[in-house]
Amino acid sequence: MKEYSTPGRKLFVIFNAILLSAIALACMLPIVNLLAISFSSSEFAASNAVKLWPKGFTLKAYQFVADKPEFLRSFVVSAKVVAIGTFINLLLALPTSYVLSRSEERFKWRNVYAWYFVLTMLFNGGLIPGYLTVKEVGLLNSIFALILPGAVQVFSIILLMNFFRSLPKEIDEAALVDGAGHWTNLLKIYAPLSKPALATITLFAIVGHWNSWFDGIIFMNNPMNYPLQSYLQTVIIKPDYQIIASSNINLLSLVNEQTSRAAQIFLATLPILLVYPFFQRYFIKGLVMGSVKG
Amino acid sequence: MGDFFQNRNGALHVMIFPAVVLLFVFSYVPLFGLTIAFQKYNIFKGIFDSAWIGFGNFRFVLSLPDIYQVLWNTFYIAIMKIAAGLIVPVAFALLLNEVRSVLFKKTVQTIVYFPYFLSWVLLGGILIDILSPSTGIVNDIMAGLGFKPVFFLGDASVFPYVLVATDTWKSFGFGTIVYLAALTNIDQSQYEASIIDGASRWKQALYITLPGILPTVILMATLSLGGILNAGFDQIFNLYSPIVYRTGDIIDTMVYRMGLVDRQYGPAAAIGFFKSVVSFVLIVISYKLAGKFANYRIF
Repeated sequence: MKEYSTPGRKLFVIFNAILLSAIALACMLPIVNLLAISFSSSEFAASNAVKLWPKGFTLKAYQFVADKPEFLRSFVVSAKVVAIGTFINLLLALPTSYVLSRSEERFKWRNVYAWYFVLTMLFNGGLIPGYLTVKEVGLLNSIFALILPGAVQVFSIILLMNFFRSLPKEIDEAALVDGAGHWTNLLKIYAPLSKPALATITLFAIVGHWNSWFDGIIFMNNPMNYPLQSYLQTVIIKPDYQIIASSNINLLSLVNEQTSRAAQIFLATLPILLVYPFFQRYFIKGLVMGSVKG
Repeated sequence: MGDFFQNRNGALHVMIFPAVVLLFVFSYVPLFGLTIAFQKYNIFKGIFDSAWIGFGNFRFVLSLPDIYQVLWNTFYIAIMKIAAGLIVPVAFALLLNEVRSVLFKKTVQTIVYFPYFLSWVLLGGILIDILSPSTGIVNDIMAGLGFKPVFFLGDASVFPYVLVATDTWKSFGFGTIVYLAALTNIDQSQYEASIIDGASRWKQALYITLPGILPTVILMATLSLGGILNAGFDQIFNLYSPIVYRTGDIIDTMVYRMGLVDRQYGPAAAIGFFKSVVSFVLIVISYKLAGKFANYRIF
């Protein structure tokens, strides 16, 4: 394509680059500021002198966090929820999406099942009945209260189903006529061809489990069982002085609250920062192809 | 051929069974649980033995002085978020589309998608710090420009706009994905033809690019209708305080305090029931409209 180089165009290109850079910076600066505060000494942090680079570099805030059993314990709870929860999400999504991707001529129950799943996206019981159900099932205070209610992710299932449907039908027919069963068909043919969609729903599952905090607060009676974000919600957003009181008072006075808050928030951000680049190359393709209607 | 496939469908029922059961327990059973909206629900008597009181809970909720303000707040905040959530990503996608350097484009994309993946607990913690009137970096910058400090999270008259701005900040980047995809689907030969006809870049944007993504914009606008009562529980719960209840309290936060803090299950379930019904109607209307005008199908 021919590129215009009128003065107006040049001005626009420069202005556009500056504007986009400024917006990207605005998305990044709060996190850079957070990181800088977490490595600064408490005096500088308290006097509001830390901007984008640590002042009076120290690891005290991180030492403080490392000595906090509550932080480490809830970190482990979250890691477990992510591992088990994501595994169960995928284990359910793969066969379910496969079944829903069948055409109605081949599988006459397909639309009945599809409506059964989609209805739950249209209408839900809301907070109170949902809470009472988990309570009645006897899951309160169990890690499975954080995993089973969201085990079937209908949005992810539809995304994967649409991706399956966008694959050429011929390979699938050939396999079935050659005598392969549905399980073989799914695991040997569909799953390996659907890496972008699988990466996308895996990213959403990991991030979703890592970020969920409200279920921990309402389903866990004992703060000892809180996942990380529920724990952080109680100490950072709504400080619960009972929990803080149980930690080491001497250490607390050593470290300015702001620096230790920043260190904890950054440590909770870190796992997302680590998985994000790995999945980023897939999720745009996965999202776009998964939303193509078959 | 049809019979050949139908005869081997037993395995399909087995494959889908676990998800069907889990969804029944955690999505369909709570629908039966909605009956407590019509009961004087007693946690010890349970759903089967609690007394039926018809619309008593609904009358009680409607008699609360704050309820109309809460309904208005919910609607007002959600509408502003929907509008900002359409305009900003479209504008940003259009600007990004003008960038020639692939590296620059990819870098900007990678950065602006990221906040979407952080929870409101973490962002709440960050925002409470940077928006603080005494020590926050935002008020610092504003003071440098000669503005008076603003108590962003403690002033009821600015709180709803802080919600909209921070929500847009978190999710506009992710919102551009769908528009960038729509932009790549525009037929490139249209641009070539327009160059021959002597169209400027501005004219191209106005007459080719914008109409090219308009169906996607309309589709997204229609689908967002269903969220008109979702003002964003996670965000508000982590940013609000009693000082800003007047403008910042929404249906979901009210249901939480009434139901799970004050243990008034019946009235809280009644508000939830109202919200579910209204949302259901709106979602169905939006899907119907999207199906009619954009040929959109959920499955």
